This record gives sequence, C-alpha cells and structure tokens, in this order.
Amino acid sequence: MISKRTELWVGIFVALAIGAALLLALRVANQGMAGGGETYKLTARFDNIGGLKPRSSVKVGGVVVGRVSRIYLNEQDLVPMVELEISSEYEQTFPDTSSLSILTSGLLGEQFIGLQPGFIFPEDLEMIEEDGVCQSAPYENCPYLTEGEEIFDTKSALVLEDLIGQFLFNQGSD
Amino acid sequence: MVCIVSKKMSEHIVSVKNMTFSRAERVIYDGISLEVKTGKITAIMGPSGIGKTTLLKLIGGQLTPDKGSVIFQGEDVHGVSRNRLYELRRKMSMLFQSGALFTNMSVFDNVAFPLREHTKLDEDIIRTVVMLKLEAVGLRGAAHLQPSELSGGMARRAALARAIALDPDLIMYDEPFAGQDPISMGVLVELIKSLSKALNVTSIVVTHDVSEVLTIADYVYILANKKIIGEGTPEQIKDSESELVQQFLNGNADGPVPFHFPADNISDSLIGAKA
Amino acid sequence: MSFLHDLGRSTLQKVSSVGASSIMLFGALFAFPKWKNIKLTIEQMYVVGVQSLLIIMVSGLFIGMVMALQGYTILVNYGAEGSLGPMVALSILRELGPVVTALLFAGRAGSALTAEIGLMKATEQLSSLEMMAVDPLRRVISPRFWAGVISMPMLALIFSAVGILGGHVVGVDWLGVDSGSYWSIMQSTVEWNKDVVNGVIKSIVFALVVVWIALYKGYSCIPTSEGISKATTQTVVFSSLSILGLDFVLTALMFGIS
Repeated sequence: MISKRTELWVGIFVALAIGAALLLALRVANQGMAGGGETYKLTARFDNIGGLKPRSSVKVGGVVVGRVSRIYLNEQDLVPMVELEISSEYEQTFPDTSSLSILTSGLLGEQFIGLQPGFIFPEDLEMIEEDGVCQSAPYENCPYLTEGEEIFDTKSALVLEDLIGQFLFNQGSD
Repeated sequence: MVCIVSKKMSEHIVSVKNMTFSRAERVIYDGISLEVKTGKITAIMGPSGIGKTTLLKLIGGQLTPDKGSVIFQGEDVHGVSRNRLYELRRKMSMLFQSGALFTNMSVFDNVAFPLREHTKLDEDIIRTVVMLKLEAVGLRGAAHLQPSELSGGMARRAALARAIALDPDLIMYDEPFAGQDPISMGVLVELIKSLSKALNVTSIVVTHDVSEVLTIADYVYILANKKIIGEGTPEQIKDSESELVQQFLNGNADGPVPFHFPADNISDSLIGAKA
Repeated sequence: MSFLHDLGRSTLQKVSSVGASSIMLFGALFAFPKWKNIKLTIEQMYVVGVQSLLIIMVSGLFIGMVMALQGYTILVNYGAEGSLGPMVALSILRELGPVVTALLFAGRAGSALTAEIGLMKATEQLSSLEMMAVDPLRRVISPRFWAGVISMPMLALIFSAVGILGGHVVGVDWLGVDSGSYWSIMQSTVEWNKDVVNGVIKSIVFALVVVWIALYKGYSCIPTSEGISKATTQTVVFSSLSILGLDFVLTALMFGIS
C-alpha cells in the first residue's frame, strides 16, 4: 500500500532531521558543562558580585572549568554567596589556597569568575602520600578543593562608581 | 437454495420499534415502527427532507434515537457495547448517495479496503475477490482508475462493489437512483435485484423514485410527516385508498403533504414586516 | 434578556466544543499503538512532513541570512561582530526555529489537514468508514495526528540548522566575520540542554496544538463548501494565535524565570 517513493522520501526526511540534530549537537551547542556531566560544588563568599549571573562561566587562565550555579545572600552576614559547579574532570586539582576574582571579558562583555590556582606546601604533599587524606569521604585535611568546600580568598567585582569615587577621593587628598 | 436460519434471527433482520428521533428540537420521527424481512428488498419512500438517510444512520447505529429501539439480527443496535456494534456493522453495509469512495486510493484499493481491514487474507486472494466483486458490477476494467476519473453512475457501482466485498447480510441503499441518467438507473435497478437474488442479501432501498423501486421491491413503507403513512406490497400500495399515499405516488403538488414549509400566515408576516 | 440567552448559549457551545475536541484528541492518542497504524503514519509523514520540507528549508535559509545581515550591522558598531554566531544561533534555536516552523506548518499542512478531513466528511467518507466498522478516529485522525507531532520538531531542527548555515553564508562568506569565531563563540554560548532541547520542546507543544486544532476543525466542520472554507481559515487563525501566545508562556517558563 505504501509506495517505495514515499518510504524513500520519509527516509530522507528523517535522515535530514538527524543530520540537523547532529550539526546542532556537534558544531552549534556545547554539551560539555551543561550536558549533565559530573560536577562538584564549591561555595565562595564575595563582598560584591557586580553583574555576575547564574550560568556565568568559571575560568582558569581562559579555560572554562565550571559554571555559577546559584547566587544567594548569606542571611547572617548579608554578603552575596556564589555556588559554583566545577567539572569533575578537575576534581582534586585546585589547591585550597586558590583565589577567585570577578572579571569582565572586554569592555562591555559579560562577567565571569577567574580562578587563580594557589600552591601546596611540600609537607602537605607528603601528607597526601602517607595518610591518604584525599582518598575517602571526609576530605577534612585534604589540601585540595573538594565537594562543598568554601573559598574565602575572593576579589569582588570592580564597580565603576566605586572606582570613580576612589579616584576623586585620592585626588582630593593630594 | 434453502437457507436455514435460527429462529431468533429468522424472519426479520431489522425491526425498528416505536422509535422517536429529533434533531435540534425538530422532531424527525415520531414513534415509527417497521420491519425488514430477511432476504427481501424493502423500499422506504417519502418526500425529500424527511430524513430517510437519518433512518439508515439510525439502523447503522451512527445516530441514537431518543426513544424506542432498533433490533438487528436479534440485538439492540444502540444497547450493545461499542465493540459489539462494530462487529454488527461488519454484517451490514451501506451504499451512500455520493458513493463515498476514498478519493486517495484507486477503485481496486477501495474495494479491497474492507477486506484488508477486517480479514487476514493473502493479497492474492484479496485480488481474486476484488476482481469478482468488480466483475459483478461490471467495472473490472476500471480497477486501476482513481475515483475522480469515474462518472457518477460508475462511482456508485464501484461503491456497491465495496459494499458487497465482505458479503454482508444487509445492504442499505441511500437514494441509489438520485441524479442518474436513465441507463445508469436501469443498470442499478438490475444490480440491486440480481445481487439480492444471487447473494440472498436483504436490501433496504431508501428513495423517492417511485416507479423504479416499485418494480423491484418486495415490501414498501411510505414515510411522511414524521410517521409511516402507508405500507404493503407494491400492489397494495398502488391500490391504497389513503390520500397521502396517492399524493406521493402521483406526485401532486399539494395535498395532505403540504406544499408549504410550516410558517405563520403570509398576510400576517407581510403586514407585520411592514409595520 | 436575549443577549443573556445568546451569551449563555455561545458559552455552552464553546465549552462543549472543548469537550468534543478533547474526546477526539484522546481517541487519537490512544489509537496509536494499534495494528498497521504505523504504516499509515509514515504515509502521512510524507504528506505532512516531506511536502513541507522545501518551504521550511527555504524559509530557514533566508531567515538565517537576514538575521546575520541585521545582526552584523548592529554588532559591527561595537566591534562585536564576533558575537554574530551566538546571536544568530540563539535567536533561531530559541524563537524563530520553533515559531516560524509552526506558523508555516499551520499554513501549509494544518490548513490542508482541515480541508482534507472536512471534504472526507462532506463526501460521507468518514460516515462510510464508520459503517464499514472502521473507527475514523483510529484510521484517519490518529495517523495524521502522530505524523504531525513527529514531523514538526524534525522540521524545526532542520529549519534551525539551515538557518545557522545561512547565517554563516552571509556573515562569514560575504561580510567577512572570522569563520572560527563564528563557530567557536557560538559553541561556547549555546547550550544543548537549555537552548536546543527547549526549542524542540517548544515545537512539540506547537505541533500538538496545531495538529489538534486542524484535525478538530476538519472533523467538526459543517460539511458544505462554506463550512470547509471557514474551518480552514479558522485553523490558520487559531493555530497562529495559539502559537504566538503559547510561545510567550513557554519562553517565560523556560528562559524568563531563572
């Protein structure tokens, strides 16, 4: 009842649709960070987050390693808290002395978080080797950033008004 | 040929009992009863617009009466479950006024359609059956044509071939003669007669073409004014003393069946419109 | 008094037509897994999908090209023509792909479905199916319904892909935006889950609505020439309005509230 021509055309149609989906998947969209890949969470406390938004990227020297998942206010101290999702690829990679700063790409570009990796003391490295603190669940003494850890060393976003105010203040005091 | 049928579904294949049907507050049938004898041709006649097609749809279970019942082979068409109704419908078929051929398939596929839907026959057997049915209506040569290429009379014959494809017990003809030239009309009359004899099917013919149908019908009902106004064999009908029946048979413009659609008094409405 | 009477009657009619169309929809939905309906659905995918392919691809190409041209003239003022890729891709994937595809689909396939079903009703084909003990919902409505719902997201994907390629033709080949940055900035901005998948979800919703309206309008039309022409017009008008209205609601749900 179904003619061969119809079957052929529907086949072509389906193939085209799959081709389109593949093009979108491979060349247009990035599945890396958002494609449900494994991540671990970090939190950071800032004084001012400027124009940072959920889903802004977290970069190390320009390489995207994660995204901002949530921004909320710490109700005790009334300072903004930022929750980050870092790809599990980079688990136990960044020392817990790493610092975060909010940067802007270009003059008008969007804001992102720059992660500046810290350093690890040689005796800590020995400790990892000997005690195995980074091998199982409570990573209390592990010198790397792990799930749920908070980063304290943060630099706030630059706010234009503050900069101008500071500049004028400095001018006046000279 | 002797046919042995169980007592239950013997004499009458269809009985309509005291049926009332109305559509949008307009009463179409008011308590009519009629019976269709198995293996015979029953004609239902009446002026246009009294809902003869509606009667066939009521028998086929497409419409539900307000009161009363329709019994087909001992089962209440409107009382059975939906699945059972679909099973009953396989034993009846209906020839629509327009033919109602499926326009997206050829004549062959149209006739094969009910076979492919309801049987698991091989394509070879289906082909044989379809060709036999088409031969019966004289359209074997037109099997490959599309319905749009057929004339009105041929389309109706093709539809008839489709209607008999599953060898139904009952065929309902809805105005089979309307809008046909004399030759096609003669062909159709012959076909209805020969099919009913050859296949021993029961036929219900709904029509307003008096002369044709009286030649083939075994029993006639005349409907008018929401009721059955006359019934009997063609001879009895012709000799009927009822004014209504005679008006219908002779085609008088005015009589007991009024020429005017019910309306208020013309002088009232004209003066009223002016005022 | 008669105003109230009319109002009441028309409200009742509206409510009962919603009911009738829902009954039809359920009839069509649950008829899917039965017998050879798959074959009928493929046949209808040819009518509904393949025959809409050309208009969808041509429209996608032109819309992508126009987006690139317009985007370029604005972005180049800020020296941000590198962002042309994401601009074209995001606007097509999120909005234009699903919406324009649905509008074209309503005009091209929806109206045809309404007219076809309406004519089948007028020529007693539906009635005759019923008398042949074949359920028209299962045999006629259901394959068309599923074919439409399957085809539309596929058409929308094709539209988006062609549109983005069209943007590349204008932006990169004619206006000289760097090909590498067109693709790479696009790739770093567009997210599969958020942008592509949401676009597909949108077009599935639009497909359900358009096909539902088209089939119901055909199925319930008054079987005369005026009735069918009115039903066809209504299909296009109602579908277009529902698409645009629903698009706002869906966009607000998907992208508006973060």
